[in-house]
Amino acid sequence: MFHLILKRIFWMIPTLWAISFISFALIQLPPGDYLTSYITALEETGETVAEEQVAALRQRYNLDEPFLVQYFKWLNNLLFFGFERQESGSYLWVEESDGTRSFNYPWFKWPDMGVSFEWNRPVTELVGERLLLTMVISIVTLLFTWAVAIPIGIYSAVHQYSWADYTFSVLGFIGLATPNFLLALVFMYVGYSVFDVSAGGLFSAAYQNAPWSVAKFTDLLAHLWIPVIVIGTAGTAGLIRVMRGNLLDELPRQYVMTARAKGVGAWKLLLKYPVRVALNPLISTIGWVLPGIVSGSVITAVVLGLPTTGPILLRSLENQDMYLAGSMIMALSFLTVIGTLISDLLLLWLDPRIRYEGQSR
Amino acid sequence: MMTTESVMPAENRNPATDDPPATEFYVASQWQLMRIKFRKHRLAVWSGRMVVAFYLVAIFCEFAAPYRLEDSHLDHIYAPPQRLHLIADDGLHLFPFVYAYKGMRHPETLRPVYTEDRSRTYPLQFFVRGEPYRLWGLIETDLHLFGVEEGGTLFLLGTDSMGRDLLTRIIYGSRISLTVGLFGVTLSFVFGLLIGAVSGYYGGWIDNLIQRLIEVLRSFPSIPLWMALSASLPSTWSPLQVYFGITVVLSFLGWTGLARVVRGKILALREEDYATAASLVGASKARIMIRHLLPGFTSHIIVSLTLTLPNMILGETSLSFLGLGLRPPITSWGVLLKEAQNVQAVALQPWLLTPAAFVIIAVLAFNFVGDGLRDAADPYAR
Repeated sequence: MFHLILKRIFWMIPTLWAISFISFALIQLPPGDYLTSYITALEETGETVAEEQVAALRQRYNLDEPFLVQYFKWLNNLLFFGFERQESGSYLWVEESDGTRSFNYPWFKWPDMGVSFEWNRPVTELVGERLLLTMVISIVTLLFTWAVAIPIGIYSAVHQYSWADYTFSVLGFIGLATPNFLLALVFMYVGYSVFDVSAGGLFSAAYQNAPWSVAKFTDLLAHLWIPVIVIGTAGTAGLIRVMRGNLLDELPRQYVMTARAKGVGAWKLLLKYPVRVALNPLISTIGWVLPGIVSGSVITAVVLGLPTTGPILLRSLENQDMYLAGSMIMALSFLTVIGTLISDLLLLWLDPRIRYEGQSR
Repeated sequence: MMTTESVMPAENRNPATDDPPATEFYVASQWQLMRIKFRKHRLAVWSGRMVVAFYLVAIFCEFAAPYRLEDSHLDHIYAPPQRLHLIADDGLHLFPFVYAYKGMRHPETLRPVYTEDRSRTYPLQFFVRGEPYRLWGLIETDLHLFGVEEGGTLFLLGTDSMGRDLLTRIIYGSRISLTVGLFGVTLSFVFGLLIGAVSGYYGGWIDNLIQRLIEVLRSFPSIPLWMALSASLPSTWSPLQVYFGITVVLSFLGWTGLARVVRGKILALREEDYATAASLVGASKARIMIRHLLPGFTSHIIVSLTLTLPNMILGETSLSFLGLGLRPPITSWGVLLKEAQNVQAVALQPWLLTPAAFVIIAVLAFNFVGDGLRDAADPYAR
């Protein structure tokens, strides 16, 4: 058991490493870089940028180094403490009193994912809270998906071919086929035209920039349900199918008949044996449900204007803000890998067959 | 993951009434058996017809659309969908018709307001002469599948900000939206088959490496990854290059699913007696793979491909909606939906959302066909 968990965690290391490499390759993929476009934009407005300033900036961000060197420097900063951060000024440059700019040589807090060129702030600082909110939304969505899908799946299986079963099946298929952003638009439209309220955002205007408090938290809860429903629909539809199918496989088994013959009550019988077995595949599918949820949350967040990673990722990609985009994709993928690990561990704990067989899957 | 059995009434799959005569059944080839089994899945059959209809419209989109893509009617900007009528003041008509459609500015809000002029009717006609166009850029003609005679307008789904007929744009968009997935699937197919076959047949560390790679790729959330990849397409590319770029982007994750199916099947099949026999008589590995193993899981590949297609259609739609995928002047369903991006536009012009209905119908149809094919893929299974 312990050995299995260790092995599973050990396998995460190459996975995470590969993810970081692919993310960095993505960062490097677009032709040109932010600095080039930034300087072009500056020159268009009439500002001049000194040659040596550009050269120093390029050197500072290792823009002229070969790909692998850039990657390992980035990884090095990510994993280990960088140099001390210079407190004064912004992160890219320091404004001198005569208006000229000189470079700041900031090295940042751990973990250092680089600097966002556009925001002129460290990526960690930008992504931190947004990533946290993305996680909150993803986890709540996952719980919502289960809370809705498991009872409906059980009901559909027990009442196979009833009108309710058909209704749920049809609704489920439509849910699977509807793109997330469309559902978000529909919610916005209904909120706007019927209830005359804005469905967007995660906080009311009053709490937008307020520090965390109980009131802000309840405000968050009041806004959370719309994105949760929007993001969760596709996953719920899929899970209802899985749950229903699994339970239908279990119900005709002999152990069910035996228990029934011995006079076990209907509810107790259903929940104690077949449902427990049918739940296993549900937990092992967290691995693919979670990337779907994260992926859906990105596009939903753009439409609903949520303060999560979605909108900022879109902007950073549009502006070729390389470090920010790459780090965000990496962080989102890390999230799903860790989610998968948790699901594997849960499965180990839940299913003695896997535990005793000595194999993780 | 998905089965359709519940959508079908139980009596439809009664083997006693639906089975073909026994002799025919026993001499049928594997593919014939699959066809028989697929036909029993009525929803899948109807969805299959729907898919064929969609692709016919996509192929002949210039003919099927009442207007040309570039036609803009500046006197009909943001016109709501025109209604088809059967009953006029003078009684029941044999063919549906539309009234003349007049636009004017609202005196206070200055928004365009449209009214039907009930004095003039235009019957809906089929094979009507309209604006001249070149079918596939080759054949010059002015024949349209349907339309109204000159002087009338036919905006069955309304018009957009430039007075372009939305139905026309959706029909032209289907050509792009439905083929992006097709090309993406073809690419995924080539990669998935090759990599899956190598992984399954050679096994050992190669298999391990490829499986880990697939695991890594699968742990990327698809939309952010697609977003990053398509954002990296150079902005100087021509529409055609962007189109093919997007298909490559979409197939970047698509091949992993197929590779897994192929690997699993090869792992199972290479232990079969006939594979051992072939290798004993001296067949090369490549020959065993192509000649003996591949036919054993062709049907599973087709199923896997059919189920990948809707994801790609949704992917293109989402990317274009965000502005990272296809861009005007290319017209796709996602590009059309981008115009419905903000809530004010949707509140004032709700008909701009209709392309979404086509996306949903297409995706549903593909899913049902895929389900039917999956049930039919193994005709020997109960």
